[in-house]
Amino acid sequence: MYDGGKIIAGLIIGIGLLLAPFFYNAGTAAKAPDPQLTPKAKEAKECVTTALYMKSSHFSLLDEWRHTAVRENERYFKSPNGKIYYKSLQLTCLDCHSNKSKFCDQCHNYLNVVPYCWDCHIAPEEKK
Amino acid sequence: MNFILGILISSIAVTIIVLIPLLGVGAWNLYTLFGIIIPYAAMATFFIGIVVKVIGWGRSPVPFRIPTTAGQQWSLPWIKPSPIDNPKTTMGVVVRMIFEVLTFRSLFRNTRLEYRRTEGGPKLDYEWEKWLWLAALVFHYCFLVIFLRHFRFFLEPVPGFVSLLESLDGFMQMGVLPIIGFGLPGVYLTDMLLMAALTYLFLRRIYIHQTRYISLPADYFPLFLLLALGTTGLLMRHFLRVDITAVKELAIGLFKFSPDPKILSGIGVLFYIHLFIVCVLIAYFPFSKLMHFAGIFLSPTRNLSNNSRFVRHVNPWNYPVKTHTYEEYEDEFREPMIEAGLPVEKGAESTGETEEAESGEKE
Repeated sequence: MYDGGKIIAGLIIGIGLLLAPFFYNAGTAAKAPDPQLTPKAKEAKECVTTALYMKSSHFSLLDEWRHTAVRENERYFKSPNGKIYYKSLQLTCLDCHSNKSKFCDQCHNYLNVVPYCWDCHIAPEEKK
Repeated sequence: MNFILGILISSIAVTIIVLIPLLGVGAWNLYTLFGIIIPYAAMATFFIGIVVKVIGWGRSPVPFRIPTTAGQQWSLPWIKPSPIDNPKTTMGVVVRMIFEVLTFRSLFRNTRLEYRRTEGGPKLDYEWEKWLWLAALVFHYCFLVIFLRHFRFFLEPVPGFVSLLESLDGFMQMGVLPIIGFGLPGVYLTDMLLMAALTYLFLRRIYIHQTRYISLPADYFPLFLLLALGTTGLLMRHFLRVDITAVKELAIGLFKFSPDPKILSGIGVLFYIHLFIVCVLIAYFPFSKLMHFAGIFLSPTRNLSNNSRFVRHVNPWNYPVKTHTYEEYEDEFREPMIEAGLPVEKGAESTGETEEAESGEKE
């Protein structure tokens, strides 16, 4: 090897940086998120639309609600199975899902999502 | 090679790469293969390939100093040297390398040669041309930021720098389409810039006829692969979402060497396409021009100081040359030479004869 010391040192640093996720995760006990439903939400059995859609795209629905309610004054949402809901984060969504820390925050914190809902809306008070 | 053929071959290759997981996962449910085995195999190829390649380069002798001298060499005290562009010391080389790696200084020097005919006659011009440098810089930094942003899927708890990058990158708080329902999740600037830069680099390659002439499938293929990677990523974020909680569980499982096969079937096929493209990209890495990632640090035209004028560099593979000097020749044939009356440098007995012989030689 020519300049072997420098090349090996550089190689170890480079490979070490790329392998960082292996070292980082080895030291921590990562636990998967576990969102809990409140008794009220469990009783309702279904959300405003399918659970699959809500899981992947609830923010799109909230975005739609925000625009149509605030700008177009369309205050009611008809769910796929015909039920009518009042479009409101605080009055409708948080009515059932009143456990922010055990429901919303579970996945949001796991995936480092910082929703700006709470910049304006008041997070529900939780009983401890 | 005809450039249309080059583009065709590369795009067919990328199409096949997209179709493999689409069939493998979408039709045949080979979750373990595409979710666990192929990622590990690709990572092993990547790391072993890089180590082998770099050690191979390290073993190649660099007998002489061949730095590109892009400035005035250090010489006389009244001539101003250029310590970075024509480095004399290791310090100068380090600074030069930092600029090269972080700011692509040699691309910045790019000019366009133009041959024009004016009223007076033919004229050569060196035109200002920074677009290649700009697009390359934008692409590389966006790719780095996107790679680091993905650490939110790789690490638990997520470190602070990832949150910082995410908030800076998404500060426009703008949706992907100006249509209600597409306002969230917010668009990342680097996503858009990456796709724009890649598209520009591709178009530039086929628009400028000299670059088109020298372009091979190996040049188009990584571009198309990265474009496909970006497209699937954007699709997954904004249109066809997958269960990212399961994705993170899979990623962390892979890094902990204990992936849970149960979560694999809950993730959409688009994720497996994205993952397979990444696997192909990193497995292809050590065998392709993408190795400039490590090669930049081992470029003798950049990482050597220009000290040939005052440091002797001996070629390490110089074999001992068999010589027969005049002194040895004279030692061998001194007696016959003296007998024949030929001048000799060193006499048979005394030094006096040598002087005589030398003066005789001068005549």
